[in-house]
Amino acid sequence: MSSLKLDIVTAERVVYSEDVDVVIAPGVEGQLGILPHHAPLMTILQAGELVVRRGAEEDTLAISGGFLEVRPDRVIVLADSAERAGEIDVDRAEAAKKRAEQRLMGKPAEIDTAMVEAALRRAMARLTVAEKIKRRRKL
Amino acid sequence: MPDIRKVKRRIKGVQNIAKITRAMEMIAASKMRKAQERGLAGRPYSEKIEQVIADLAALPDIGLQHPLLQRRPVEKIAVVHITPDRGLCGGLNANLNRRLGSFILEQENPVRVVAVGRKGRDFAVRSGSDMTAEFIQMGDQPAFLDTIPISHIVIDDYSNRVIDMVYISYAQFISTMVQKPVMKQLLPVEPAVIPRGENVDYIYEPGAEVVLGGLLPRFVEMEIYHAVLEAIASEQSARMVAMRNATDSASELIGDLTLLYNKARQEAITKELLDITGGVAALE
Repeated sequence: MSSLKLDIVTAERVVYSEDVDVVIAPGVEGQLGILPHHAPLMTILQAGELVVRRGAEEDTLAISGGFLEVRPDRVIVLADSAERAGEIDVDRAEAAKKRAEQRLMGKPAEIDTAMVEAALRRAMARLTVAEKIKRRRKL
Repeated sequence: MPDIRKVKRRIKGVQNIAKITRAMEMIAASKMRKAQERGLAGRPYSEKIEQVIADLAALPDIGLQHPLLQRRPVEKIAVVHITPDRGLCGGLNANLNRRLGSFILEQENPVRVVAVGRKGRDFAVRSGSDMTAEFIQMGDQPAFLDTIPISHIVIDDYSNRVIDMVYISYAQFISTMVQKPVMKQLLPVEPAVIPRGENVDYIYEPGAEVVLGGLLPRFVEMEIYHAVLEAIASEQSARMVAMRNATDSASELIGDLTLLYNKARQEAITKELLDITGGVAALE
């Protein structure tokens, strides 16, 4: 069976590099599921969770925007930032979420709404991923 | 005859200096290694971005349409001048600043400086250059996020046509012994030429233009981040070599001084003996 080589790189390091079966990524135009032999594609990602399936295993990473390149046998994610579930600083994400929410509720005219919304999405992505892993560990 | 006690004090002093320079040498060596590793860790990201930009820029419809790719008549130039915050690194700072100075003199157009690092900032202030912004005390391990404001300044000014060309000046790390001040064009972005044929036809989502528009600023940010890291590696290796030379000179000086000290001591003893024997002879 063929598989995909997935590389997730950020400006500072290579976060993930494995052979996988399925990649589910948060594209700007909606979630994309990528299987081997996908048509070549280049797209922008928004902040969200990126799910990777490898056999019965499933990894989840929080990414905060970036680019995704798909080739028949390779997937490359150029992420602005990417964290594996274990690396997420939950307190920080929680604080960022609160801050963004407060700003949005305050005076939307004075702030760059798009930027705050993006920050909120990033924080939410981190929290969802962290939450998911915690739940799975308890089971 | 030299004063024995003064020589001894001098030896102590030089020994202390040698201890410090040796410690600084070792610190610089480890910091240099770290900066190099961090530079390498980001390599896959920048190579990929470079390649995708080359692919996109080669597309007939959108190639060279983006503002960051467009060339226009040059009226105002900006230089991002990256220097260390600190001295004690041999001739590195002087070389970097001299390179900037001669670059500014060569240009027919006015040059603005975005100073990164205290030594370059001080030079820009001293030489009365037109300085738009300064970034000092970034530390020895700046994160990617720390360098983004630098890119924002030049990208904004370039897009708003305040400046028409941007160079980046930093110390290129050639080897531990050699660092060369370089002046590289940052904007407009010159896409690398990648041999066609191997290229795949991608589907671009939401569109090639949008993807390119998203990638280009990232590319500039990346270039600046890399330059900053390389500058740190250069600074640390320059400091390492300078400190090694200082330690060597100190050891040599200690040798010379010890010889002088022993000679003086010997002489003093001989003199004392002569005095005693002279005194005895006079009594007899």
